[in-house]
Amino acid sequence: MISKEEVKHIAKLARLELTEPEVEKMQKDLSAILDYFELLKSVKAPGRKSLGETKKANVLRGDKVLPRAAGMAEKIIAGAPDKKDGYIKVKTIL
Amino acid sequence: MNLTELTIKQSHEGLKNKEFSSVELTKAYLEKIKKTDKELNAFLSLTEDLANTQAGKADGEIAKGDFGVLCGIPCAIKDAILVEGQKCTAASKILENYVAPYDATVVKKLKEQGAVILGKTNLDEFAMGASGETSAFGATKNPHDKTRVTGGTSSGSAAAVAANEACFTLGSDTGGSIRQPASFCGVAGLCPTYGAVSRYGLIAHASSLDQIGPLAKNVEDIETVFEVISGKDKMDATSADYVYEKSNTELKNLKIGVPKEYFAKGLEPEVEKIIKNAIKKAKDAGAKIVDISLPSTEYALACYYIIGPSEISANLARFDGIKYGLSEEGKDLLDVYLKSKGHGFGAEVKRRIMIGTYCLSSGYYDAYYKKAQEVRQLVRQDFARAFEKVDLLFCPVSPFPAFKLGEKLEDPLSMYLADIYTIPSKLAGLPGLSLPAGKTKSGLPVGLQIIGNHFQENKILSCAKELEA
Repeated sequence: MISKEEVKHIAKLARLELTEPEVEKMQKDLSAILDYFELLKSVKAPGRKSLGETKKANVLRGDKVLPRAAGMAEKIIAGAPDKKDGYIKVKTIL
Repeated sequence: MNLTELTIKQSHEGLKNKEFSSVELTKAYLEKIKKTDKELNAFLSLTEDLANTQAGKADGEIAKGDFGVLCGIPCAIKDAILVEGQKCTAASKILENYVAPYDATVVKKLKEQGAVILGKTNLDEFAMGASGETSAFGATKNPHDKTRVTGGTSSGSAAAVAANEACFTLGSDTGGSIRQPASFCGVAGLCPTYGAVSRYGLIAHASSLDQIGPLAKNVEDIETVFEVISGKDKMDATSADYVYEKSNTELKNLKIGVPKEYFAKGLEPEVEKIIKNAIKKAKDAGAKIVDISLPSTEYALACYYIIGPSEISANLARFDGIKYGLSEEGKDLLDVYLKSKGHGFGAEVKRRIMIGTYCLSSGYYDAYYKKAQEVRQLVRQDFARAFEKVDLLFCPVSPFPAFKLGEKLEDPLSMYLADIYTIPSKLAGLPGLSLPAGKTKSGLPVGLQIIGNHFQENKILSCAKELEA
């Protein structure tokens, strides 16, 4: 069983505000799920060789500006909750 | 003639022979939706103006004589896929008022073909769930029994096709989200090979697993839509150089593998009987049935619920109350993050973010994430070995038919088991089709899952057509 403190620590890492009842439910649910994951402990890992099986190579694109439809930037900024002069506004961090 | 009962092919013939226009066809679907969807809740929003404009334009093309199979055909899009200028909510409060700034590549391709978009379909919140019930805007009901779930996460996309509210739909499949609701609702649904269809414009859930695919009334329609939406896209680096080519593979020339792990405990006898019957049908058609084993199957679910949530915890970090969607007031920036995410996400999304954050957190990474990646490799190897011996695999889509609304909602682990037969092939990036195979005594549909090797959708679809006949 994971502790309430652990749940709160993970929630903080995830930037997730949880109410007290949510913390309790999460404690129960996460414990059951993490117990289920124990199943994997018995699996013998494949050797290094077989891990290289994936044939795909990295796909990189050139460091170039791709053409975008006119007005795309405005549309994206329009979706932000708080904006000013065509910029997305963020609370002061210092 | 009831226009909404026609397949894509039949609708296309009707348009060609001037039996009806696309405007009339579109009107028939919109009326049908308005009549039946209050109860079903398959649609989150209708894009009526867009649909009418597109239908008018399609009729213009049709009048000229030379037009594609999807031209003028009404469809619906899962509300996790962007349609420019329309709301895209991912069935989450956090994106309740989000308007898509551009078209997903699949939507762009459908529009280029002249398909008509009726609306956006319901789903589990951010495509996390197995029943459609985690939608922040209410569950979709199964058209075959309204006290039961549709399956998920492409709940609305499956129900809309089953209830003749769209001629075809697009869904997305991360662990079974096209195949499982297709099975529960008695429609055909294809989860393509990872990389066969561009993910550009699909709201990300787990990027190494997400894949867009079609749901439709029959296999021929699935093939038509898949042919249009598949292929390389420069906007998605994981999309593959791939051009779909139809195949005339016949069952009589094939070896079909039946994995024994998919017929073990947990499989409901009625489902087993229907699947065994379908296998027998393939055998009668001349296919060679081969018993095979996929020994890592039992680890797949645990593996998936580490890898999926780990990717989720990274992908959903962007919903921070700053860039889009819901933003809550806070005393400082951290407070805005905490409150916006805390209030905007539903229980299942929070649960998966928590699992993922835990698995990736300092001190646990090796035991969970790294271990899961190794197990994923074993699962891949299982399938690779199987496809050295056989051409296709036949198995159930889900161990049971549609369950009652509310039955599994409070018990996440039992909900996760609904995807136990769709997850392993997904971890290996393989294509899988859910093909309606029969109904239980109480009238609930059951789907046969046909899994193929990478980029062998053509083989799957050719055999499925033969079985369907």
